[in-house]
Amino acid sequence: MGSITLEHVNKSFGEVEIIPDISLDIKDGEFVVFVGPSGCGKSTLLRLIAGLEDTTSGHIKLDGQDVTDAPPARRGLAMVFQSYALYPHMSVRDNIAFPLKMAKMPQAEIDKKVEYAARTLNLGSYLDRRPRALSGGQRQRVAIGRAIVREPKAFLFDEPLSNLDAALRVNMRLEITELHQQLKTTMIYVTHDQVEAMTMADRIVVLNAGNVEQFGSPLDLYKKPANRFVAGFIGSPRMNFVDGPEAEKHKAHSIGVRPEHFTLSTTAGAGQWSGTVNVAEQLGSDTFLHVEVDGLGLMTVRTDGDRTFAHGDKVYLTPDPNRIYRFDAAGKAI
Amino acid sequence: MARTASVQTKIGFTILAWAVALLLFSPILWTIVTAFKTEAEAIAAPPTFLPQTFTLENFADVQGRSDYIKHAWNSILVSVGSTLLGLVIAIPAAWSMAFAPTKRTKDILMWMLSTKMMPAVGVLIPIYLIFRDLRLLDTVHGLTLIMTLINLPIIIWMLYTYFKEIPVDILEAARMDGAELYDEIVHVLVPMAVPGIASTLLLNVILAWNEAFWTITLTSGRAGTLTAFISSFSSPQGLFLAKLSAASLLAIAPILLLGWFSQKQLVRGLTFGAVK
Repeated sequence: MGSITLEHVNKSFGEVEIIPDISLDIKDGEFVVFVGPSGCGKSTLLRLIAGLEDTTSGHIKLDGQDVTDAPPARRGLAMVFQSYALYPHMSVRDNIAFPLKMAKMPQAEIDKKVEYAARTLNLGSYLDRRPRALSGGQRQRVAIGRAIVREPKAFLFDEPLSNLDAALRVNMRLEITELHQQLKTTMIYVTHDQVEAMTMADRIVVLNAGNVEQFGSPLDLYKKPANRFVAGFIGSPRMNFVDGPEAEKHKAHSIGVRPEHFTLSTTAGAGQWSGTVNVAEQLGSDTFLHVEVDGLGLMTVRTDGDRTFAHGDKVYLTPDPNRIYRFDAAGKAI
Repeated sequence: MARTASVQTKIGFTILAWAVALLLFSPILWTIVTAFKTEAEAIAAPPTFLPQTFTLENFADVQGRSDYIKHAWNSILVSVGSTLLGLVIAIPAAWSMAFAPTKRTKDILMWMLSTKMMPAVGVLIPIYLIFRDLRLLDTVHGLTLIMTLINLPIIIWMLYTYFKEIPVDILEAARMDGAELYDEIVHVLVPMAVPGIASTLLLNVILAWNEAFWTITLTSGRAGTLTAFISSFSSPQGLFLAKLSAASLLAIAPILLLGWFSQKQLVRGLTFGAVK
């Protein structure tokens, strides 16, 4: 079991309030991602759950039990750090065995579990190496191995992939998702990368300045963002926003259109807005056009990878009327 | 051409380094050669460099007059004992300052260091009276205690500096892995800080070994260390220069050897963190 409940959690460092008031209910077995720009308090929130930071006020419950004042060692959670945080003076085997030794498990059982974890994570041939003799991806696997052997109530991941190169990141992302499907243990994953959030999460918590902007499934956040911040944060490339008279036509303070929700034409006059291509990013599968729209500013448009454009090409855009997001003056979705 | 110049510079610096080293070492060298001379030759004018008559008599006299072995044993007990006791106190102290600092941590560190700037003689009378009342005068454990106290600021400072270099993530990982404070310090922090702890240990053994003020004032016959042993040989008449040299040589030899064999460790420890 591993349900986690946060009740009016507040965290301040001296005068600075990092997390004003957060309440969350994370179900057993769920994969929840905390996402937000740097400094939004997502790592602090994870550390509060881990017990590495003390809450200023509020309660944290694990399976209904109040653990607000329990030290990390007594919470039964496992954490994977961004820096891997392996013990440099121990072999891979001893690193993975460390939590089991701390739990005073018999040696025979420790050996069995370490072997099993090493097999699961393809670390069999590295067991006697020191962490410094491993590559970044292998180190991250050891860190995950160390977390899974003790069968924790929940896993906490603090930006575990940000030190890996892009290709390895995609691989590890998949491995962690598979691991979750296999173990069915609660996982909380912190990242600033909304692609990781979208691809891995059952539910996403979007944080901004210590506040939960929205908590929902990835597609919910994409299709029904609660406010302008979430709309801008989720989705890649990010949503285009238009203020002023054009928004007023839609009875809103501002409107948003995702790059993929435009119809694009090169025929003169065949579009609601006209503009000039500034930069065309050809990805092969897609082409991202950065278009200087007359009177509205720079917008990103996603189009077919087979179409080619050059700087200075004149284009005509029509936003999909059913997919225009409307926001009021406070940024709330209408 | 640049290559030749750099070779010449290298040779120049090597010669300079040797010259400076020899200059610094010359008093010790002089003590060593004098220890093997007769008393008459030791004060001869003009002085001789190498002993004309090589003798070991001085060493026999020194051991006969005052018990070298006993003093050496006391030195070992006090220097090693005070360093180990200091480490036991300093490791948790440095841990808390490095990993759980408060607003006052820096002040406490500075205050501890400031006690080293105070002249020792300033607290001689209160310490002497406390030692007298607690019956610690002329005892090895009393001397060990005072040596621990006077070196504690340095031990804590050195360990604090080494501990600051250890990523806090690793200690936090240990906490997440179920390690209580004791396990965190013993199984994770200490093994990672071994180079730093070793050089702290070596430096403090050397400092305690060489300490003269407190050992001479707080001991007499029973608990005297080698520094007290040498001072008993200094005579205003200057007639026992060879014996004094022999006593000095015997006193510094163990620590000189320790320093020689551990110099790599010491340099590594003292520059730890300075060069990554």
